[in-house]
Amino acid sequence: MPRVATTLSLKDHLGTVGARTGLARNDYRVTPGLYCVGSPGADSPVLVSANYKLTFDALRQELADIDAWLLIIDSRGVNVWCAAGKGTFSCEEIAFQVRRCRLEELVSHRRLILPQLAANGVAAHRLKELCGFSGRFGPIFARDLPEYLLQGKASEEMRTVTFTLGERAVLVPLEICLVWKKLAFALPLFLLLSGIGPEPFALHGTLSRFAVLLAATLVALVAGAVLVPLLLPWVPCRRFWIKGLLVGAALCLPLLLALPELAMTEQVALVLWVGAGSSFMAMNFTGSTPYTSLSGVSQELRGGLIFQLSATFAAAVLWPLAAFLS
Amino acid sequence: MRHFRYLEDAAILRLDTDTCIGCGNCALVCPHRIFVLKEGKAEIIDRGACMECGACATNCPVGAIYVNPDDGCGCAAYIINSWIAKVRGKVPSGCGC
Ligand code: SF4
Ligand code: SF4
Repeated sequence: MPRVATTLSLKDHLGTVGARTGLARNDYRVTPGLYCVGSPGADSPVLVSANYKLTFDALRQELADIDAWLLIIDSRGVNVWCAAGKGTFSCEEIAFQVRRCRLEELVSHRRLILPQLAANGVAAHRLKELCGFSGRFGPIFARDLPEYLLQGKASEEMRTVTFTLGERAVLVPLEICLVWKKLAFALPLFLLLSGIGPEPFALHGTLSRFAVLLAATLVALVAGAVLVPLLLPWVPCRRFWIKGLLVGAALCLPLLLALPELAMTEQVALVLWVGAGSSFMAMNFTGSTPYTSLSGVSQELRGGLIFQLSATFAAAVLWPLAAFLS
Repeated sequence: MRHFRYLEDAAILRLDTDTCIGCGNCALVCPHRIFVLKEGKAEIIDRGACMECGACATNCPVGAIYVNPDDGCGCAAYIINSWIAKVRGKVPSGCGC
C-alpha cells in the first residue's frame, strides 16, 4: 500500500509547471489504485479521485493530519470534471477499482466519498448495485475535505463552483501555449503578406512590415488569451467574442501610438487583425470556464466567427494593399 | 458565481415535476445551485445560470431532468470541429483539451 506525502517535493512542483503549460501535459498520470494518507484503519473514509497529477497533488496536500484511503481511478490523466464529462470518470470505472483493490477486505463500512464535480459522469445511486459501496458526493474542492470529514456534510458554499482570479490565472499559460502552435503556421503567411508590394520582397521593407504584423499578433494574444481571462468579470458584455474584441480594440491604441509611421490603411488593417485575433482567442476561453453552457457557446459562435473571418479577410487584403498606396 | 453570468436563455434544461420523487439529488450535485426542494418536489430557481454540465440529469434516479445531451467541454474549438466534421460526414474528433 503506497503511503503518499502530504507535501510537494521540488520534482512535484516542476511537474506542475509542465502540466500547466501543456509542454508535457499527457505524461502526468498517477498509477490508478489504492493509496493512503496517515495511517487509516477499517473505519477510515475512502476518497475517490482522478489520476491526473494536479488533482492528486491538490488532494494529498489538503490531507495532512488525516487518515484516509485514496481510491485513484483511471481517468486517463484527466481532471475529475473533464473526465466525468468525457465518460472516463464513471460508475463502472469506480466499481472496477473497488473490486480490483479488494476494498471490501480493507474497510468495514461501505461508503465512498466522491468529488462533487464527478456528478456529471457518476450516478451515485447506481454504485451500490455495481460494487456494494454507496457513493456520497463530498465538496467540490479538496481544500474543503477536512471540514467535510469533520462535519459529515458540505455547506452551500463548498458545493458552488468558483472562478477566482487565481483560478483564472493558472489557465493562462495553457491558453498561450495552445496559440503558439497555431502561430508557427501563420508566420510564413505573415511573411508573404508583408512581402507583397511595388518592390516584392525587398529585404528591409518586408522585414519591418513583418515585425509590425508580429507585434500586432502578440498584442492580440495578450488581449485575448491573457487579459480577457484575468479581467473576465470586469470586461463588459457576456459574449466572449465581444469581450475579446473590446480588449483587443483598447490595446490597439498604445500599439498604434508606438508605430507613428504607419499609413491609415495599415492602421485599419492592424486594428481589424488585432480585434479578430483577440476575439477568437477570448471565444476559445469559453472551454475553460465553469459557467458557459454549450448551447450558449454555439449561439455566440455564429456571430463571433462571422466577425472574425471577415475582419481577418479584410486585414489580409488591406495590409498588402497599403504597400502599394504608400 | 454571482459575478459570472452567461447568456440567460441559452441553456436547455427541463424538469418534469410529475415524475420527480423529491430525492434532492439534483439540488445536491448542481455546481451552480439551480435546484431547490419545495414541498417534496424539485424546482428550478435560476435557469439562466445553468451551464449544461448534466450532473443533475445523471443523478436523477427517475429521469425527470433533461439537459442538452451534446457533450464536449463547451469550448469553441470543439463546436467548430464538430461543425466541420458534420460537413465532411465524420465523427467529431474533439478539441484536444
Ligand atoms: S446541468 Fe449542471 S448546471 Fe445545469 S442545472 Fe444541471 S447540474 Fe446545474
Ligand atoms: S433528482 Fe430527480 S427525482 Fe430527485 S429531486 Fe431532482 S428531479 Fe426530483
